[in-house]
Amino acid sequence: MKNEWLYTISAKKKLIDFNFKEIWQYRDLLLLFVKRDVITVYKQTVLGPLWYVIQPLFTTVIFTLVFNTIANIDTGGIPPFLFNLAGVVSWNYFKECLTGTADTFKKNQAVFGKVYFPRVVMPLSIVLSNLIKFGIQLAIFVAFYLYFVFQGSSVRPNLYALFFPVIVIVMALLGLGLGMIISSMVTKYRDLSFLLNFGVQLLMYVSLVTLPYSLFANNGFAWAVDYNPMAYVIEFSRFVLLGEGTTSMFGVVYTLCFAAGVFLLGVLVFNKTEKSFIDTI
Amino acid sequence: MKDIILKVENISKQYRLGTIGTGTISHDLNRWWHRMRGKEDPYLKIGETNDRATKGKSQYAWALKDISFEVERGEVLGIIGKNGAGKSTLLKILSKVTGPTTGEIKTKGRIASLLEVGTGFHPEMTGKENVFLNGAILGMTKAEINSKLYEIIEFSGCQRYIDTPVKRYSSGMKVRLAFAVAAFLEPDILVVDEVLAVGDAEFQKKAIGKMQDISKGDGRTVLFVSHNMAAVKDLCTRGVVLVDGKIDFQGNVDSCIDFYLKNEKAQKIYNKKGHCNSNYVARVFITDDLGDEVERAIQRSEKIYLNFELYINDATDVYFGSTLLSNLNDPIISLPFDNKFINTGFVHIKILLPTKNLKGGEYFVEAALWNKGEVFDRKDDFISFVIIGDTVIEKSGENIKGYLISDEVWKIKSI
Repeated sequence: MKNEWLYTISAKKKLIDFNFKEIWQYRDLLLLFVKRDVITVYKQTVLGPLWYVIQPLFTTVIFTLVFNTIANIDTGGIPPFLFNLAGVVSWNYFKECLTGTADTFKKNQAVFGKVYFPRVVMPLSIVLSNLIKFGIQLAIFVAFYLYFVFQGSSVRPNLYALFFPVIVIVMALLGLGLGMIISSMVTKYRDLSFLLNFGVQLLMYVSLVTLPYSLFANNGFAWAVDYNPMAYVIEFSRFVLLGEGTTSMFGVVYTLCFAAGVFLLGVLVFNKTEKSFIDTI
Repeated sequence: MKDIILKVENISKQYRLGTIGTGTISHDLNRWWHRMRGKEDPYLKIGETNDRATKGKSQYAWALKDISFEVERGEVLGIIGKNGAGKSTLLKILSKVTGPTTGEIKTKGRIASLLEVGTGFHPEMTGKENVFLNGAILGMTKAEINSKLYEIIEFSGCQRYIDTPVKRYSSGMKVRLAFAVAAFLEPDILVVDEVLAVGDAEFQKKAIGKMQDISKGDGRTVLFVSHNMAAVKDLCTRGVVLVDGKIDFQGNVDSCIDFYLKNEKAQKIYNKKGHCNSNYVARVFITDDLGDEVERAIQRSEKIYLNFELYINDATDVYFGSTLLSNLNDPIISLPFDNKFINTGFVHIKILLPTKNLKGGEYFVEAALWNKGEVFDRKDDFISFVIIGDTVIEKSGENIKGYLISDEVWKIKSI
């Protein structure tokens, strides 16, 4: 009789050990996690899924009041509300992906400590369930967009909007990659999870979510925007959605490379961690 | 030809003791520095064996050390050991929850674990939704769960609540539902850890029955960990005894249980320093015929004494009495004491235990010291001891009823 082993559990770790077949076997689990994340967030609330819509709207109204009405920041001819809403909706997707995946190991240690399934299913499910939220929020953006178009605003739909899905994928890769790196590091030293909150807030301001690039162009912080892939992502999304904003070939290449690099690094680090993180968490 | 489905080779697992903080960063840096120069991890050499009770010098301990064994297809392997012997660590490595420090495990089938059921339940979701989620976590596909959904709900006995969020369930119902999901798993190798200690008596019976179906009826390979020797004896065909992270014995299940019970420190001496103006029980211990203290399991044929040292400050109207309790806390035999023998100061009293009349199992000693108005000292588990069952019936693996064994013999006459 031949000794054909199905698989081996060993101490040695391969650098890249991404078992796509196994992840495919657990696709039902992935979908169930997505379903769980989507339906349980607003259980026992009166407004239910409406909160998905209300949250970004409130944020946008506040930003518009503070930055545009009070601080009087010029948005370059685009209605400030639409300018902010486009930024907020895109930023939210990235932020939720990042913060959601960043505590994968910490939040799920009870389940991870008892049962084995490919750990990467968890962050993937977060990215997917956020995609559903993002879709709903995008629909709201489109509604307001049409409203402003009919009001005779200067924004016009353009063909570049076809590139929008690429931008979404880039955001997902960035959020997922960074989140996986952070979640892996948090398993041993928890300091990082405290820094994450501040970091995300700071990153929002230099990612042009509410502020136009012109504000940064002539002061010492221009580098923080120039080397920030999220600034490009937000600016691109505004460009394809509203037809305004600065773009450059360098920005496109830089952002794509950065996203791919971060994602690959995240996969590597996550892979290395998932095997025995349960001993150190 | 033996069909080996699972092969464990030299598995070891090292754990770091203490907390993780600023101190551990230096070790991590040192380890990284060794690795960068292509050298061996310096901390792998220094671990100590995992004896929980003694304080060690090293910051590292081996929870498992060089574990090797093989499991044949269709075999039910019992893994026996004291708390902290490494049973759960071994099961965790087998079910891929954590990796081994060294060594290798090869398997020909899918392994699914049934470690502490109910993890992964989401309180806001209904019972049915959680059945799907939990099933998927354990490795079932949606179609598989769908085909067994009716059976699972039926087995759990939670039909009425199946569309209610799990947060409204009683804890017993949660466990029932969780076990029901797990019981319908169909992996090649099933890993089970202490799940039988859940639910009410009716459900426990159901759960054990299901376990027997899985192992005996379906011919599935099962690795089973439990402190319940009766359940191990019932379910398993072969056993492995773990002591301080090493395999001390492997063989058929009866010899394993014997080995385990003989080597277990079955008795712990009770020792107390009380106040000198009160009456109290100072020491409780067990001795053999020669007066030497006994800490191992007891053969029924041995002459064993139960010893008490009492400190009596005021002997007026003081009573003393002791009772043997079963491991289920049922009183079995009273050991009354005549108080006219009590004097002040330390008193040593001993009584021959009726070992030949006790069936195999663990017994607890309850004792009390009191006068008419006041209880000075009372405990229902001063010490416990283990009797090794050696009647013909017990040896055959069956359970005998009652606690006492008559020393009368049947008279046989051919008619």
